[in-house]
Amino acid sequence: MTALASRPGPAGTRILGLGSFQPETIVSNDDLAQTMDTSDQWIRERVGIVNRRFAKPDEKLVDMAIEAGAKAIADAGLSPTDIDAVLVATCTMPSMIPNAAAQVAHRLGVTSAPAFDLNAACAGFCYGLGTASDLVRAGSARYVLVIGAEKLTDWVDPTDRSTAIIFADGAGAAVVGPSEETGIGPVAWGSAGDLADMIQVADRNSFVFQEGQSVFRWATTQIAPIALRAVELAGIELSDVDVFVPHQANLRIIELIAKRLRAKGAREDLVIARDIVDSGNTSSASIPLALDHMRAAGEVKSGDVALLVGFGAGLSYAGQVVRLP
Amino acid sequence: MSNEDIQKGLAEIVEEVAGVEAADVTADKSFVDDLDIDSLSMVEIAVQAEDKFGVKIPDDELANLKTVGDAVQYIASNA
Ligand SMILES: CC(C)(COP(=O)(O)OP(=O)(O)OC[C@H]1O[C@@H](n2cnc3c(N)ncnc32)[C@H](O)[C@@H]1OP(=O)(O)O)[C@@H](O)C(=O)NCCC(=O)NCCS
Repeated sequence: MTALASRPGPAGTRILGLGSFQPETIVSNDDLAQTMDTSDQWIRERVGIVNRRFAKPDEKLVDMAIEAGAKAIADAGLSPTDIDAVLVATCTMPSMIPNAAAQVAHRLGVTSAPAFDLNAACAGFCYGLGTASDLVRAGSARYVLVIGAEKLTDWVDPTDRSTAIIFADGAGAAVVGPSEETGIGPVAWGSAGDLADMIQVADRNSFVFQEGQSVFRWATTQIAPIALRAVELAGIELSDVDVFVPHQANLRIIELIAKRLRAKGAREDLVIARDIVDSGNTSSASIPLALDHMRAAGEVKSGDVALLVGFGAGLSYAGQVVRLP
Repeated sequence: MSNEDIQKGLAEIVEEVAGVEAADVTADKSFVDDLDIDSLSMVEIAVQAEDKFGVKIPDDELANLKTVGDAVQYIASNA
């Protein structure tokens, strides 16, 4: 029998660079209170958001993805021609076809690269990071650009106060490449399709709908175990983790998951991402946005051990431990 | 477990979750109107009560538990 060849890959992978982009328009709680029956106090207490960014009508998801991607490539010290796969995690493309990734690749100058979108909603970035890491380790690509990009304002009813105050727009990106040491731990991931109705855009004429309290219960009880599993798969102790970056869904969810991690041995000085306060919930973009903002603010440094965990519609979830670039 | 024990255990949870003095958590009090507990804290209380008393308190049942007494009754008859 004729033997088929396989391509060798490196022993490990790591994040080589990060980048992010947010639209210019800042929308405060008071701004929202002018058009709907809500208040700064209610929003701060229930979800912890103070400001968020909304894209302008002509500011497209693909444009935001490109901005974030270009910064991540530069941050990695690479040029677009070094990238050989582009993966965009998104759940808010205005079109089903074409996908975002091919246009992003083309406009960045990443020519002829394999490019595909991945929809795991708010878990999308961690799904994408796991997939990119495996592509590199399998030898299918050397440098993969992973982008989480969302224009949620296209899919949220601007008059629905239960969602319009939460969701926002933005993009965050990472370049994944080969490494002698493991810089991206194994992904702990899964789904719960029995709960598919809990967060949905039912059809092309509908807006985002969610059962807020059920989502809150699920996230505050089911996600800490996934984070713990990611730590276990990485072969480290929870006390080795320097930074915790959960999907920025709701500040109360973030604090409750962090509390569960502390009860299991996370350090008191664990740095916790609270980027939701000024960015809102940007679904697949929230984790890379938070990482990039925390780095710019000096809250995290190169070499830190970060625990990432994304969760949301599907329902789907994914987490992994990474070493920050 | 007696209703009295359930109420005491529930009061401890309410104090821990919402910072309301356990002594104020009496049967006739409404969670929302008297104790100023919001719906997300109610979910937290339900989650902890499930662990403590070995009951299931689904979201649609939770919505019906207006007073501390309602919750004690529900736990007593479902535990
Ligand atoms: C959406 C969420 C903020 C709603 O909070 P809640 O406490 O469940 O709110 P409820 O729907 O029970 O509403 C409580 C009250 O506040 C009111 N309310 C709802 N939205 C409001 C707003 N924006 N401003 C002011 N009041 C509001 C409701 O009308 C209701 O009033 P009533 O009791 O007089 O009828 C909350 O459930 C949540 O954040 N859940 C998690 C969802 C999430 O993170 N999703 C992303 C996953 S990726």
